[in-house]
Amino acid sequence: MTSTKTELAVAALRNGTVIDHIPASALFRAVHILGIEDMPNRVTIGNNLPGKHMESKGIIKIEGVEFDRDVLNKIAVVAPTATINIIRDYAVAEKHPVELPETLIGTVRCPNPKCITNNEPMDTRFDVTERSTPILRCHYCNHCVSGTEAEII
Amino acid sequence: MKKQSLVAIDDLNRSEILALLERARYFEQHPNSHLLEGKVVATLFFEPSTRTRLSFETAVNRLGGRVIGFSDAATSSTSKGETLNDTIKMVSNYADLIVMRHHLEGAARYASEIGGVPIVNAGDGANQHPSQTMLDLYSIMKTQGKLEGLTITMVGDLKYGRTVHSLLQALRYFKPVMHFVASKELEMPREYIRLCEENGIEYYEHTDFSPEVIAASDIIYMTRVQRERFPDLAEYEKVKNLYTLRRSMLDVAKPNMRILHPLPRVNEIDRDVDGSTHAYYFEQARNGVYARQAIITNALGIDPLEK
Repeated sequence: MTSTKTELAVAALRNGTVIDHIPASALFRAVHILGIEDMPNRVTIGNNLPGKHMESKGIIKIEGVEFDRDVLNKIAVVAPTATINIIRDYAVAEKHPVELPETLIGTVRCPNPKCITNNEPMDTRFDVTERSTPILRCHYCNHCVSGTEAEII
Repeated sequence: MKKQSLVAIDDLNRSEILALLERARYFEQHPNSHLLEGKVVATLFFEPSTRTRLSFETAVNRLGGRVIGFSDAATSSTSKGETLNDTIKMVSNYADLIVMRHHLEGAARYASEIGGVPIVNAGDGANQHPSQTMLDLYSIMKTQGKLEGLTITMVGDLKYGRTVHSLLQALRYFKPVMHFVASKELEMPREYIRLCEENGIEYYEHTDFSPEVIAASDIIYMTRVQRERFPDLAEYEKVKNLYTLRRSMLDVAKPNMRILHPLPRVNEIDRDVDGSTHAYYFEQARNGVYARQAIITNALGIDPLEK
């Protein structure tokens, strides 16, 4: 039988997490934030895939893991359009967009070397001043950083 | 009255600013009192600033309080590696109020969250210096008889000058017309232009310090153009004298116009301006003591009008 497949079949997850609609440019940062490099779990990563609502998107599927809110908040900083699908027993049990909280504590490093948070053992704190393309303002020194440039701790 | 820290001018709303100015006016009329009798105020200057420290310490002394502290981090345990958290906790055991200056930005905000005594920020790096803004506002109100609807011109380093940024933040409550005079390299940052737009403030940007701008102004707020801000010294040499105010330029000024400057000045106000009726920068510094007396008593929850 000759095959005319145009797409690569990827085994469906039994249990796990699918993070979809990641801007292509943010995919590898998202991979890093999730800590996938060090996981033994089965992982599928796709990038520059055609998306319905966006130019090109990335997707990450991870077998056997559900991430806690803290980690997903970090994804929201770099990929505010991402959606989270929780898969249980082959079915989508939960589906929701990532949610950027109003305040991020201990998530992002302040880019200002003269900020107290870079010189004192303490948590950083950022207020989200713009949500669509996230802009974060340091609660302490008032420096602003965009989500795409933010260094995630 | 509750005790409260003052970290940034943004912590104050319009009525709180007006209440502090009213209080400063009271202290100008009654500079010496015993309102702080039995109180100890710590002045922690992790970074030296003689002018600001003397102004705060004068304010405390004239209120009958006592002062402890240091004027340089080299003489404190910070030089041994103590964290700010530990220093603030320790000093909170001794003093009723901490006035602090620090080279790190956000240090005062952090100190105010540690949970000791109230903090008054006397400057944290390039970030905030609210007592300077209060004395600027007090000087404007005193010389103009009002804050509402004035035409205010800011000249010089509008990019890095924290005094002009904080003053603009406070003025947004008072419907000013703003003129920003600076070279391209030192123009007002876009976030402050946005602040004008969001608050419906009429503003004009100029690269030329023209007679028209001077003639329109009720207040001209001069700032120093600092050489260290320029990556290219040739650029600095080109602009450093463009924004110097000279006496001959004041012929067109309105009689009520006053010139403010946070000091120290270098050459942005020519010495020949000092004798002019428009010069106000030295009186402005004296107003700092009254403004700080107002801030200190407010932070300690002491109302001078109740006593």
